[in-house]
Amino acid sequence: MSAVCRIGVITFPGTLDDVDAARAVRRAGAQPVPLWHADDDLHGVDAVVVPGGFSYGDYLRAGAIAAHQPVLRAVLDAARRGTLVLGICNGFQILCEAGLLPGALVRNAGLHFVCRDQRLRVENPATAWTGRYAPGADIVVPLKSIEGRYVADASTLSELEGDGRVVFRYLDGNPNGAMHDIAGIASADGRVLGLMPHPEHAIDPLTGPSTDGLDLFHSAVDTVLGSVRG
Amino acid sequence: MVVDVVPKPEILDPQGQAIVRALPRLGLHGVRDVRQGKHFELDVEDDVDAETLHRIAGELLANPVIEDWTVRRL
Repeated sequence: MSAVCRIGVITFPGTLDDVDAARAVRRAGAQPVPLWHADDDLHGVDAVVVPGGFSYGDYLRAGAIAAHQPVLRAVLDAARRGTLVLGICNGFQILCEAGLLPGALVRNAGLHFVCRDQRLRVENPATAWTGRYAPGADIVVPLKSIEGRYVADASTLSELEGDGRVVFRYLDGNPNGAMHDIAGIASADGRVLGLMPHPEHAIDPLTGPSTDGLDLFHSAVDTVLGSVRG
Repeated sequence: MVVDVVPKPEILDPQGQAIVRALPRLGLHGVRDVRQGKHFELDVEDDVDAETLHRIAGELLANPVIEDWTVRRL
């Protein structure tokens, strides 16, 4: 385990939020490592961020083409070995398309692109990415998506709910028709997290509605360095 | 080869609903429901077997979590 936490940030053609994600990683005291869609290894990073945007122009389905690129195969292998993975917005769609997280993200029920500062409840502070949050914490981060409606079959939903894998839930009304107001879910081991809202845009009061998103990145650094704050 | 993909019946299809609501405004009545999907036309070699065709449809063209698909050879 290195003394400096190295977090990879993937760029696909059409990715938009890789620069903000790298900035959030740096702000949390970790070293961002740029990863390219054609990379077939992750250069030994401790964690990976799959950022938002419109990879491959959302052709076919949002995230469908990115899910089959070489770097995603490397992410799947690394996740099996316990590497931390965070998918934000299009990154969440990609992780679902790749089968790393269950369910899918589909067109918003209202058919409108939703862009707003979104209140969320942190439902599970025990994942690798949420250790810094208080249980039930109420946070505000930007949401900006049109394919943000989380759907899954009934048995998947009950498994997610029963195992505490619904990590973030929308407050103040459901913005997109997501089942169970789900904004973000984790893998069974809590090391892979996907969410539609954008914590990387809420790390600096100058440019975001809050700094609530930064603790996500701090939490990952804590997990990697094995120094979870008591 | 033709692959048709439609949202599963239990998945809300707001685009299909928007079409249903638009039709009466055109004076076109009698449409109870619309499901909007995708239609793919693929030019494939003769020796591609049925299993491969179904993998093409089920592993990339459709997402089986949310969509049903049918495969036809023309």
